[in-house]
Amino acid sequence: MAESKPYKKPLPRVDEESRGYWEALARHQLYFQRCRDCGTKRFYPRALCPRCLSSSTEWVRASGRGAVYSFTVTHQNQAPGFREELPYVLAIVELDEGVRIMTNVVGCAPDAIRIGMRVEVVFDDVTAEITLPKFRPAA
Amino acid sequence: MSVWGRTAVVGAYEHPTRFAPDKTAFQLHAESARGALEDAGLAKEDVDGFFTSGVGPIGVLSLAGHLNLRPSYVDSQAIGGSSFVSHCLHAAAAIAAGLCNVALVTYGSTAASERFAIGTGTGGFVLEPPDNFEAPFGPTIVGSYALVAQRHMHEHGTTSEQLAEIAVTMRRHASLNPQAKYRDPITVEDVLASRIISSPLHLLDCCVISDGGGALVLTSVERARDLRKRPVVILGAAEALRHAEIGTRDLLDIAARQSGPLALARAGVTHADVDLAMIYDSYTITVLATLEALGFCAPGEGGSFCAGGRIGLGGALPVNPDGGGLSSNHPGMRGIFLVIEATRQLRGEGGPRQVKDAKLALVHGTGGMLGQRHSGVTMILGRA
Repeated sequence: MAESKPYKKPLPRVDEESRGYWEALARHQLYFQRCRDCGTKRFYPRALCPRCLSSSTEWVRASGRGAVYSFTVTHQNQAPGFREELPYVLAIVELDEGVRIMTNVVGCAPDAIRIGMRVEVVFDDVTAEITLPKFRPAA
Repeated sequence: MSVWGRTAVVGAYEHPTRFAPDKTAFQLHAESARGALEDAGLAKEDVDGFFTSGVGPIGVLSLAGHLNLRPSYVDSQAIGGSSFVSHCLHAAAAIAAGLCNVALVTYGSTAASERFAIGTGTGGFVLEPPDNFEAPFGPTIVGSYALVAQRHMHEHGTTSEQLAEIAVTMRRHASLNPQAKYRDPITVEDVLASRIISSPLHLLDCCVISDGGGALVLTSVERARDLRKRPVVILGAAEALRHAEIGTRDLLDIAARQSGPLALARAGVTHADVDLAMIYDSYTITVLATLEALGFCAPGEGGSFCAGGRIGLGGALPVNPDGGGLSSNHPGMRGIFLVIEATRQLRGEGGPRQVKDAKLALVHGTGGMLGQRHSGVTMILGRA
């Protein structure tokens, strides 16, 4: 039986402000939040609206489609987990719904990535509990 | 009563070391404190305000003990490498308000001898809520600045050659600084031929890693008149923060855009009055984006502004005559060295790298990760 490789990169800490986000990702669904009072969309998830401080929040399911807002091909990172995967692409993707999230672009040559390139979410189940939203070139 | 024009830098000391495996960081703080107090002609017993950063969460307590200080005003600002510029702003306010009389600011780090990979080894640990949504994807510090560089290139057509020219200029300045870590000239081609660390930034777009230390002594302009050196007066200062906000931040909206105009207005001066600028140069893009955000050129024109010798000694706006973090020293938090070199220049102590007839200096410190969350502190210093 193949031994599963230990996951060495930092894992997010699931807390009460973000539990819904991580639980949805585990179901392979990407959500962001919207304030029920002022309507402001927000990322990352948190309990109070950073615009009006309202606690009234709704979850909105994202289409999972967007465009690369900026990126960098990382060639040097001594941190465990990353140093074995160089080069990798760190990116900020703007979802079609308007919020920007930090992520990795995967599934294409790093040299082929451009700002504005259309991408779609892929769900990377890195542990039994944690799924990370990454992006690949849109089909 | 205004804070501005009432406090002076009266002691400044840059530790000459760039590699000190035989010293501790606290020792570098202490040796720097001794140097700055000697420079001012003041004694340790005169110090009643203590300012430091880059120590542990309550490290200011340990360090005050190490130096046997009993201050009545304490500030351990923690906004990254700009913290020491912020200390000067806070010291000016405290001294003007009568909360302390003599402020001591100290810094020390043994990053190089501890082989601490500042820019490329800290790619992700989870401490606070936003880290949960960033650290898993491996943002290094250089990567965070690279995101800004890539976006700047996309929006404004900025080129790697333009960024490289900044590194070349800093190295030329460092060749005139006997203490600088790297002094051999480099060319634009050398920068472009150095390996990519995090695209579009090359090795030579990145600051050096060194050990180092520095200290400043500040007091009222009245008291400054009786001290050893020509006082350098704090004419205005302001600080600002930028972060991911609600997840829609413009990466090119740099904190300097807020702190710069405010500091200039507080000092009652304009860009044209500035004789030299000390700009935090963690990476080449930091200089370009900062000068632009400060309003020395229009948005998008930073690349051409930094070209053609304008930011070199003898140019219209000399930047970092000491060679900056890109060539002289960068022990992790460089803010204090910006103020030290500005002080030397305004005193006329620059030697072969002296900016001719320098009367007014603009200092801008950047702290944190430019593409995620960062601080900016702008300060205007003038000759008394």
